[in-house]
Amino acid sequence: MGVSCSHDEAVAPESASNGREPVQRDRAGRAQPLPLSRNQEVCPDGVEPVATELTAEFEKHFPGGPVVQVALRRPADAFSLTVLFGPSGSGKSTTLRCLAGLDRPERGSIRFGDEIWFDAVRGIFLPPQRRRIGYLFQDNALFPHLRVVQNIGYGLGKIAAAERRVRIEEITTLLGLAGLEDRYPRQLSGGQQQRVALARALVCRPRLLLLDEPLSALDAPTREHLRRQLRHWLVELRMSTILVTHDRIEALALGDHLVVFDAGRVCQSGSVQEVFSAPVDRAVARIVGVDTIERGMIVQVADGLATIQVGPKQLIALAPRRWNGGRDAQVDAQVYVCIRAEDVLLEKKVANTSQSSARNHLLGHIRSVDREGAMMRVNLDCGFPLKALVTHQAYQNMGLRERDEVVAVIKAPAIHLIARD
Amino acid sequence: MDFEAVWVSMQLALWTTITLFVFGLPLAYWLAVTRWSLKFLIEAIVVVPMILPPTVLGFYILIAVGPLSPLGRTYEAVVGRSLAFSFEGLWLASVLYSLPFAVRPFTAAFAGVDRRLVEASWCLGVSRLRTFLRVAFPLSWAGILTGVILSFAHTLGEFGVVLMVGGNIPGVTRTVSISIYDEVQAVNYSQAAMTSLVLLAFSFLALSVTHLVNRKTL
Repeated sequence: MGVSCSHDEAVAPESASNGREPVQRDRAGRAQPLPLSRNQEVCPDGVEPVATELTAEFEKHFPGGPVVQVALRRPADAFSLTVLFGPSGSGKSTTLRCLAGLDRPERGSIRFGDEIWFDAVRGIFLPPQRRRIGYLFQDNALFPHLRVVQNIGYGLGKIAAAERRVRIEEITTLLGLAGLEDRYPRQLSGGQQQRVALARALVCRPRLLLLDEPLSALDAPTREHLRRQLRHWLVELRMSTILVTHDRIEALALGDHLVVFDAGRVCQSGSVQEVFSAPVDRAVARIVGVDTIERGMIVQVADGLATIQVGPKQLIALAPRRWNGGRDAQVDAQVYVCIRAEDVLLEKKVANTSQSSARNHLLGHIRSVDREGAMMRVNLDCGFPLKALVTHQAYQNMGLRERDEVVAVIKAPAIHLIARD
Repeated sequence: MDFEAVWVSMQLALWTTITLFVFGLPLAYWLAVTRWSLKFLIEAIVVVPMILPPTVLGFYILIAVGPLSPLGRTYEAVVGRSLAFSFEGLWLASVLYSLPFAVRPFTAAFAGVDRRLVEASWCLGVSRLRTFLRVAFPLSWAGILTGVILSFAHTLGEFGVVLMVGGNIPGVTRTVSISIYDEVQAVNYSQAAMTSLVLLAFSFLALSVTHLVNRKTL
C-alpha cells in the first residue's frame, strides 16, 4: 500500500478516502483520515522523501558551562519514541531546544529529511516557525489569557472556520478534553493543562514532536495515568517523538529507543532493553540505575561462561562476545560487574545447599535495609557490597533481620560485564 | 491660569507619548527578548535622562538641534526654519527626556511575560510579530499603560529641558511649568498656586491609576 505521500494530504472529506490512504475508525465507526495526515494550507511546502530521517550532529557551547555534543540519527516519518535520558545538566534539554530551533548550536548540522534545519558552515538556521514541529514544555506554557479552545487553535493560522472546528474537535475528543473548551488554563488541573498543551501542539500536525519532561510537573497519580495514555495517543497519531526525561520509569515505560546523556555527551544509544540490560560503560550503568557496580577480573572462560573474581568471591556470567572492538572476553581482562537489585534472590542459609539452576550462590549477611513502598532494598555484604530488591512480604515471611546470614542467588545472564581499562 | 501654556503642554505631552509608544515599544520588546551581550549599553543610554540634570540634557539637545549641528542644518534646509526654540525641537527633547519613563515600564512588562510562552508561540509556527501582538502585548498591557501614563505625566511637568531648548515663546514653547515660574517671578502667587494645584492633582490621579492597574493584574 502506497502510504508514503499520504502524510501530506489535507484532511479529506469522507468520500475522498480511497484505500490508498491510511484510515482509522472513530467511536461511531465512521472512517476518517488519520489525524496525522497533514494539511497543505498549514504546511505549504511540498513532498517528503519516502524515508524521512532526523540527523543531528552538533555542538552547543555555554559561556562557563559544559559543551554539549550531540550525534543523533532517528527515523522521523512514522511512530517512534526516542527518549533522551540522563541526569540534570547532562545536555538533553539543550539538545531538544537545538532541535526545535530555540537555541542555535555553534558547530555541526541538523537535517530533517532533505531539509537543512541548521548548518554552521553554510550559515543556515531555520527558525522554529519553519520547522513544523510540536514542542511541549515542562510546565505546559499555556497562554493564560486565552481559553482552552483558543489555546488549542492558536497555531492553526488561516484555515477555514469549519475545518478549524473539526480539527479542534478531533483532538479534544482524542485527548479527553471535551467540555473544557471555555475554561481558562488556571481553571484546569495540572494533568488537564498538560493535555491541552499536547493538543495545542498536535492539532498543527507537526512532523516531529519534542517533549521536554512533559510529566515531571505533575503529581504522582496524574503522572502515572498520563504516562500510560501518552504512549497510546502517540501510537494512534503515528507521531515521531523525542522525549526528554530523567525519570527511569518514564524512559522504560514510554521509550522505544534510548539515548543516554552524561556531561554533555551521548554515551549510548540503542533500544531501551539493550541500554538498560547492557550499558556500555560505568557512567551509563549508573545512569540507568544498575544497583551494584563492582570491579572484577575474568579468571576463566569456558563453555561460553566467564568466571570473574570480585573481591574474595567468584561469579559466573555469560562470557561477553565481541567487546572492545571485536575481541571476545579473555582471561585477565579487567571488568565492571553490573547486577540489578531486582535480579538478586535471597535464600535463607540452609545446611546442605539444594540444587539450583542459578549459577551464583553467595553467602553474605544483611547490613541494612531500606523500605521502598511494597519492596525492601537489602544491602548485603558478600565480601563485596551487593544490593537486592525483595518484597516486604518475602522479607517478613523469611523472618529476616539485619546482620542475618543469607544466600544471594543470581543467574549468570543477569550479570552484565563492562570492559575496564 | 495660562490656558495657552496648558494647551502647549497638553499637545507636547500627547505627541511625546505617542512617539514613545510607537518607538519605545519595539525598543523595549527587543531589550526584553535579546540575548545580545552589549545590550546593557543600550539600557544605560535609555536611563541616562533620568539621572542627568535636565539642564545638561537640555544643553546637549540645544547644541544638537542648533543651526551649527548636522541635524539642525538638515532640518532647516528641509523645513525652512530653525529646530531650536520650536515646538518640534521641544518635542524631540521631550521624547529623549521621557524615554526612560516609557521604556523601563515597557521592558519590565515584557520581561514579566514568561519567555516560554513566546517560545511556545514560535514553535506553533507563529511569526515574531504576531507572537508580540497575540501573546506579549496582551499579557503586558498594564505595564504598557503605566509607561504611557508616566511619560505623559512626566512630559507635562518638565521644566529644565524645556527652558533650555524651547525658550519661552507663548503659544509655541511656553509650557505650563514655565508659566508657573513666570508667575512666581512676577510675584503673582495666587495664579502660580492654582496652576500648581492642577498639576499636582493630575500627577496624583495618574499615579493612582498606574498603581491600580498594576495591582489588578497581580
